[in-house]
Amino acid sequence: MSHQSTHNDTYNDILAFVEHDRGVTQPISVYRSTSDLTLVVPRDLIIEKLTKLKNDHHFIYLVDMVGTDRFVEGDRFEVLYNLIDLKQGRRVVIKTLADEDDPVLPSASGIWTNASWHEREIFDMIGVHFTDHPDLRRVYLPEDFDYFPLRKEFPLLGIPGSIDLPTSTPDQEASS
Amino acid sequence: MIELEQKSAAPTFFKKHQESFYKSLEDKHTTLEFEDNDDPLNSRMVLNMGPSHPATHGVLRLLLQLNGETIEKAKLDLGYLHRGIEKIAENKTYQEFMPYTDRMDYLSPYSNNVSLCLAVEKIADVEVPDRAQYIRMIGAELARISAHLLWLGTMVMDSGAVSFFIWTFREREKIYDIMDQLAGHRFTVSHARIGGVANDITDDAMALIKEFVQTFPKELKGFHSMLDRNRIFVDRNVDVGVVSSDKAIDLGATGPILRGSGYAYDIRRFEPYLKYDEMDFEIPTRLEGDNLSRYYVRMEEMHESIRILRQCLDRLPKGPIRANDAKQAYPSKDEVYYSMEGMIHDFMMTDTGICPPDGAEVYHAVEAPKGELGYFIQSDGTGHPWRLKVNAPSFRNLQVLEHSLEGASISDTVLIIGSIDPVMGEADK
Amino acid sequence: MGLESALGEGFITTRVDDLVGWARANSTWPMPMGLACCAIEMMAYAGPRYDAARFGSEVMRFSPRQSDLLIVAGWCSYKMSHAVRRIWDQMPDPKWCIAMGACASTGGMHRCYGVVQGIDNFLPVDAYISGCPPRPDALLNALMTIQEKVKTEHSVLLDA
Repeated sequence: MSHQSTHNDTYNDILAFVEHDRGVTQPISVYRSTSDLTLVVPRDLIIEKLTKLKNDHHFIYLVDMVGTDRFVEGDRFEVLYNLIDLKQGRRVVIKTLADEDDPVLPSASGIWTNASWHEREIFDMIGVHFTDHPDLRRVYLPEDFDYFPLRKEFPLLGIPGSIDLPTSTPDQEASS
Repeated sequence: MIELEQKSAAPTFFKKHQESFYKSLEDKHTTLEFEDNDDPLNSRMVLNMGPSHPATHGVLRLLLQLNGETIEKAKLDLGYLHRGIEKIAENKTYQEFMPYTDRMDYLSPYSNNVSLCLAVEKIADVEVPDRAQYIRMIGAELARISAHLLWLGTMVMDSGAVSFFIWTFREREKIYDIMDQLAGHRFTVSHARIGGVANDITDDAMALIKEFVQTFPKELKGFHSMLDRNRIFVDRNVDVGVVSSDKAIDLGATGPILRGSGYAYDIRRFEPYLKYDEMDFEIPTRLEGDNLSRYYVRMEEMHESIRILRQCLDRLPKGPIRANDAKQAYPSKDEVYYSMEGMIHDFMMTDTGICPPDGAEVYHAVEAPKGELGYFIQSDGTGHPWRLKVNAPSFRNLQVLEHSLEGASISDTVLIIGSIDPVMGEADK
Repeated sequence: MGLESALGEGFITTRVDDLVGWARANSTWPMPMGLACCAIEMMAYAGPRYDAARFGSEVMRFSPRQSDLLIVAGWCSYKMSHAVRRIWDQMPDPKWCIAMGACASTGGMHRCYGVVQGIDNFLPVDAYISGCPPRPDALLNALMTIQEKVKTEHSVLLDA
C-alpha cells in the first residue's frame, strides 16, 4: 500500500509541469488523496494538459474515468481521468469540473480511444456532454430514458413509468 | 413483400434507442441492400446478434455490418443487465455493499470481495492481520483458476468441442466444494470482511485445497496435451482477433488481453497488494495478440496460481483473522454472543459501519481474472460512500472487442468474444 | 424392446391425458434464459455432477421454438424484459416457466431503478426458486415440481 509514497520523487516532472502554469489565469491545484497524486485542471485547459501528459510524460494508458455529482451550486459535476505511465510505473489522477447549467466538457477520445466508452458512461449516468465525441449515445440505459440515474436527486427505485415493461398480451408488439 | 419484411424488422421496443443504435452504423433499417449488378454474396447486410444468443456469454448484443462474410463495422449494445450497482452503493454501508460485488463478476466473486475490502481498508486506514491476507490470497487465486476454467470450457466449446466443457466443469465443482467448506456457499461467497475475513479456513476446506493443489496440475497438463497441438483448435485460433500492442494500450485493454498483446502489466506486480510482493511468480506474456496467445496467457496463469497457492499454504501464519478494533471491523461471533460490548459493537458496525474521513478519495485495484478491477471511493465522512465507481475490466475489454471485430470474418465472431471473455454482470454494473 | 420383454404379451390401459402428460413431463426441454449469476448454477445443473439428463431435460435448446420450459436465471432489467417476453411469446404451447433465484422471483437484493421487481410482472411463472443463487439441487426440485404439474394437466381436453 505504501508503494506510491515511496516513489514520491518520481512525480517531480509532473509537479514542475504544474509549477510552470502557475502564472496562468486559473491555476492548477495539486493534492494527494489517500493514494494518488491528483491535479485539478480547469476545463478549458484540460485537453491541452492531457495531450501534454500523454506525449511528454508517457501517460499512454487511460485506466478509468469517473463522473461524480458533487451536489453543489455552480461547478456541480466533476470528471476524473485515471492515468498510468507504464515506463516509470506511476499513476496520476486528473480532475476537472463541469458546470451545473451547462455540463459540457471536451472529449478526450482523440487522445485515448478508450475514453469514448467511458465518456458515454458518464453521459449516461451523470449527464455530462462531451463535445467532439465520435458517438455520444447512452451506453447502458435505452435512449428513451430521460433521466440521469447517478445524479443525487434521482431516487434509488427510479421514477415509475419512466421505462416501459413489455405488454403481457402475446404478439402485440409485432402486429403494431 | 419486401416492404412487409422491412416493416417487421423495424424496431418496436425502445424505439428511440433502437433507432440511434442503428444510426450509429450510418446504415438505417435495411436488412439487405443489393448493390447494383453486384454478386449477391458481396452484398452488405446488417446482422443483429443477441441479446439472447448462446455464444455471446451473457446478454451482450452486437450489431454487425457485413460485407459478404467480412465484418465492416461492429457496434455493441450493453446494459441488458444494468441495475445501477453504483447507485445501490451510495445507499448502503460499505459492508452491506460487499455482497453486491459477488454478483458483478460472478465467475470469480472472491476477487471482487477482496478488491472492495482493500479499497475500503485503504481509505479508512485499517490494518489487516497476516493470516487474513493469506486466506484472501488463497481465495483470490482459487477464484482465478475457477474463472479461467469456465473461460476454457466455453472457448473450446465455441471452437467446436462440446465435451471439454464437461471436463472443466468437473474441476470447477471441486473449487465450488472448497468454497462451500470455506465460506458456506458455492460461489457467491461474500467471505472477505472489512478488516479481515469472515471465518478461518476449516480443516475440511484445508484438506480439499491441499488435494486440489496436488491433483489440478495433472488435469491442467491433460488440457494442455489435448489443445496445444490440436490442429483444429490451433488453426481456428491463430491470427484470429489480433490486437496489436499499440492498439491494446490505446483501447485500454486489461488483463489477459493486454498481456497477450505484449505488455507485462499485472497489478500484482505493478502495485502489489496483500502479500504478493513476497510471492514468487511469473507474469505470462505473449507478443502475438491473437486468440491463441490469450489462450496461452490464461493457461499459464493457472499454473502460476497453483504456484502462488503452494507458497501460501507453506507460509500460512497463525494468528487472528480480523482486525481487533471495534470501530473498524466486526467483532468475532464469540464476543457478540457472550459479551454486552461485543453485541453493541456488532450493532454499531451494522448500523453505521466504518466511516472514512470526510473528503477522502481512494482508488485501489486488484488483478481480477479478467483484468484490473478497481474501486474508486469518495467519502463524505458518513458510513455510506458518496460515490463508488467500479472500474470493471470486462467493460474495458468489450471496447477492445468492438474494434477488434472490424475486419474479422463472421465465423470468427463467436471465438473472438470467447477469447475476450466478458462477464456482462460486471460490464453492465 | 425392453418394455415388451418385461411385460410379456398383453396391453396397458391408461388415459390419453396420462400418457401425454407422462411423455411431456419427461421430455421438458429447457430454454435457458441465462442472464446473470444463476446461469452459472444452471450450467452446473446441466453439468456432470447434477446431470439434468436424469429428468429428461438435458437438451438445452437455445432456440425458443424447440423448447417447453423457460428458465429465467438471474435479474431481469427493464431493457432485457422486452427480449425475455419476446422469447416467451415465440415458444410453442404448452410451455412452462421457472423463475430461478431471488432476483428473478422478486427482484431480490437488486431493489433499484434498473431491475424489474420480479419477472411475474410480465410473464406467467409456474415455479419460483429461492436462493441467491439457488443450488442446482433446488433447480432440480423446481423441475420436478413442473413435472408434477405437467402430469396433472388435462392437456388433451384443453388442446381440443
